[in-house]
Amino acid sequence: MSMREYVTFRIGEQLFGLSVTEIHDVFRPTRMTPVPLSQSEIAGVLNLRGRIVTAIDARSRLGLPVREKTDGKQSLAIGVEYGGESFGMVVDEIGEVVRLDDALMEQNPVNLDTTWSGVSRGVYRLDNRLLVIMDIDQMLAGVGAGDAAAAA
Amino acid sequence: MDDLLSEFLTETAESLDVIDVELVRFENSPGDKATLNNIFRLVHTIKGTCGFIGLPRLESIAHAGETLLGKFRDGALPVTGAAVTLVLASIDRIKAILAHLAAEQVEPPGDDRDLIAQLELAAEGGLIGAPIQANTQAPAPQPVIEVAPPPEPEIPEAAEGQGKWDADQGRFLRPGEVSLADLEAAFNSTEGPEAVEAKPAAAAVAALASPIPEHDDDKKNALGSSTIRVNVDVLESLMTMVSELVLTRNQLLQILRNSADSEFKAPLQRLSGVTAELQEAVMKTRMQPIGSAWKKLPRIVRDASNDLRKKIDLVMDGEATELDRQVLELIKDPLTHMIRNSCDHGVETPEIRAAAGKSENGTIKLKAYHEGGPIIIEVSDDGAGLNTDRIRQKAIEKGVIDIAESMAMTDAQVHRLIFAPGFSTAAKVTNISGRGVGMDVVKTNVELIGGTIDLRSRHGSGTTFIIKIPLTLAIISALIVGVDDHRFALPQLSVVELVRAGTRFEHKIELINATRVLRLRDRLLPLLALSDVLGLMVDDDAGNRSACIVVMQVGETRFGLIVDEVFDTEEIVVKPLAKRLGAMSEYSGATILGDGSVIMILDPNGISRSVANVERNVNRLLDEQSRAAAALAQAADQKVSLLLFSAGGTEPRACPLSLVTRLEDLDASTIEMTSRGPVVQYRGRLMPLAPAGGMIRREGRQPVLVFSQGSVVVGLAVDAILDIVEENLEIQLGDQTPGVLGTAVLKGKSTEIVDVGHFLSQAEPAWATAALKADARADRKRILLIESHPFFRNLLAPMVTAAGYDVTVAEGPDEARARMAAGAKFDVVLTDADTPIEDVAGARVIPLSSRRDAEAVPKSDRYALLDAIQRALRSGEAA
Repeated sequence: MSMREYVTFRIGEQLFGLSVTEIHDVFRPTRMTPVPLSQSEIAGVLNLRGRIVTAIDARSRLGLPVREKTDGKQSLAIGVEYGGESFGMVVDEIGEVVRLDDALMEQNPVNLDTTWSGVSRGVYRLDNRLLVIMDIDQMLAGVGAGDAAAAA
Repeated sequence: MDDLLSEFLTETAESLDVIDVELVRFENSPGDKATLNNIFRLVHTIKGTCGFIGLPRLESIAHAGETLLGKFRDGALPVTGAAVTLVLASIDRIKAILAHLAAEQVEPPGDDRDLIAQLELAAEGGLIGAPIQANTQAPAPQPVIEVAPPPEPEIPEAAEGQGKWDADQGRFLRPGEVSLADLEAAFNSTEGPEAVEAKPAAAAVAALASPIPEHDDDKKNALGSSTIRVNVDVLESLMTMVSELVLTRNQLLQILRNSADSEFKAPLQRLSGVTAELQEAVMKTRMQPIGSAWKKLPRIVRDASNDLRKKIDLVMDGEATELDRQVLELIKDPLTHMIRNSCDHGVETPEIRAAAGKSENGTIKLKAYHEGGPIIIEVSDDGAGLNTDRIRQKAIEKGVIDIAESMAMTDAQVHRLIFAPGFSTAAKVTNISGRGVGMDVVKTNVELIGGTIDLRSRHGSGTTFIIKIPLTLAIISALIVGVDDHRFALPQLSVVELVRAGTRFEHKIELINATRVLRLRDRLLPLLALSDVLGLMVDDDAGNRSACIVVMQVGETRFGLIVDEVFDTEEIVVKPLAKRLGAMSEYSGATILGDGSVIMILDPNGISRSVANVERNVNRLLDEQSRAAAALAQAADQKVSLLLFSAGGTEPRACPLSLVTRLEDLDASTIEMTSRGPVVQYRGRLMPLAPAGGMIRREGRQPVLVFSQGSVVVGLAVDAILDIVEENLEIQLGDQTPGVLGTAVLKGKSTEIVDVGHFLSQAEPAWATAALKADARADRKRILLIESHPFFRNLLAPMVTAAGYDVTVAEGPDEARARMAAGAKFDVVLTDADTPIEDVAGARVIPLSSRRDAEAVPKSDRYALLDAIQRALRSGEAA
């Protein structure tokens, strides 16, 4: 039985999980600089301890509505590396670390939206809700794909 | 690649560079033992390392070369140019093998018997005085190694002529080979402790993080140098950490400023100082002396002068000038190319030089120095200078310029044509330079790193190229500008000047067909709003209020970038962008400012691409303007283009052609009669028509002169359009007929000059105030125009009105005084210099002249006139 640890987080109403080994850090995205002309999924660039990090708006990437600025809660970002570059994925809420058995992971439901199924490795049935395990590489690789499709 | 091998390649490439330089130096001063020892030691090191990692081909060449060098060292052979060329040839062969080794990781097949044979022949003294060419054709004797007898350790002297027996290696020594024991002794007697550096290569590799192929520290030849190799990545991460430290320090200082008396004050200040020093020191690690990019040049000059049969000395000055290694790499090739060019095209042959009374030896001088921020590199020769006529001729042949352009160019401008793509002045193509990819490639490369290149040339005394390059690409000086809530960094190298524009400033943003331009001194500058470039939604009114214009120069393109604010100039550390963002041509990177925020660095090249369209529009408009200006200039000489037409009567009539917008030939049946008079549908709107004397036709064709001002378009119906003439207009006044300004003699016939304004205001009462209506404002400036000459009255009044002023016309000073006495107030009075007027109650007076006159504003110069009005208005406000 091989167990894996996942950090759970919320994007919109959905709970996601990302393997702890893929997460560099979790930070509060402050003083984000928007980049005009960039893809809509790119929330901006910010300074994370002397490194310039590209912040990805997870909601926008998944085709969810933009977060209301008035909901009071500060968003958080998950720091990840992709292609030797630092990214911060802006999510709504960070949950806890859970240990899950690989064998219990279920395949994506066939009727899942392609945008979602593309970034999902599989699904766990937790006690009261579903946990989608995120494929972070696909999540970041697909940034801008939507724009390109729209432009075509 | 095998660590050991790549380390060897790096080491050897470095050593070979040094050998190149040293050999050329040695050739010039054969008595210099230290140089020779250094060369010998380096060649031996290469040989030793080759043997160590098993590269037999390299080893045998190095060995043969070493043997020859050994003879020089012992004084057994005199140093000849041919021998040095031979050694250089073997160095080249080694380089070629190394290149193959780097690519394939094995030695290339084949052998080097030809070369080795020559080297051995030379070592035997067979080369003395022999010319190089003859030598290359000499039959290659069998290398002696091939026939070495099997080892017989007991009889060291057995094989005579095969050299000594070497017990360490268990074989006979090759010709000139020294036994290891002898060698050790020789080394102990020569200086140069770092000679052993390459030998324990394995140990060196273990101590290093990874190989650095491009590393070219050239301090090795300095005796006892204390350098170590550090991976570039290590330096980069050091740099990042220092930047972070600086930011933290800044934050701490900020906190300190807010709390008055703190015990942290003194230590923080120390921390601050140390941080600054650390930052500087880390910066230094990226710097390298420019001399390391020059190492290959003496060899190139030597070879070129041999090939070209010229005598050329290379003088280098300022080798110690430090540059970022990245810039250094990028400048190497252009420099090499320029030196080759100078050898080939710059310096003349000894015969020509002697004939010109110069010394036979030409000199190419390479100089580097700091000038403010950037570094200046000068490449100069004392040759013949550029041949202006030939460049001009060639440029025309190649279609770079046309003949008319070439005539208008100054010599300096002609000289710069050598930077034009596809231009090469060499009459014959040599293998040194002159393949038609000459200076334009150099220019492109220099500009790529944000530098500039220029030249000075004096006929008969030489050419100097001046390259200006930034010290580093990692840290640039940038202007921080603001648009909306965004801040951006603009590289200072592209910024020419800053201009403040707006209604209250000297400069105003003007519109030509919705294209924004700025009149800056004597030229129109295309403008581009940064908010438009970046697709930011900005309150459109902002552009019309006051704005900062950053005048930028990118290559040949000069344009103004409109921004809301200009904050500051900062030295910024350029950080590369994530690939997703890097694809956008508008940005070249990002940086972290002192306050910790990230801002994007704009790429002037990317932005200039968006300006290309704007610029084309402006150029087209400029052409039109210059045509209009030419028409006006003609008016000043009283030579005017006049449109002759007939209208009611047989006499020809005329009006200035410049006032006519279009000539139309309309179908008369389309003309409709309305309560306001005749109108016609013209370009989607109703155009009122006025008869210029005769009747408006109801059938057939009706020729119409179309006049437009602002949004108002009016047609003048005539009987027939006769001709266009260019004549000196001498209007005889006195004709009081409405609609006629006077008569003039045109083409020998008495012709009525028509007062266009009269007819047009008949057809369209709005005409007189046409342009004013659209944007009538309470604060319009009132201008009084005093002009007795009706021609100029009709010329100037609409022009000034169109520029947005409220114009009142008076025929003479008396009428003007009468108007002012009646209570009319004016901001500016325009009057002919011949009819001066005083006491105009607070108004500024601008004298005008129909001649080119130093004292007065020429009537024909629309820009000068409008400018004079603006200046007068400003000084009025200030008073």
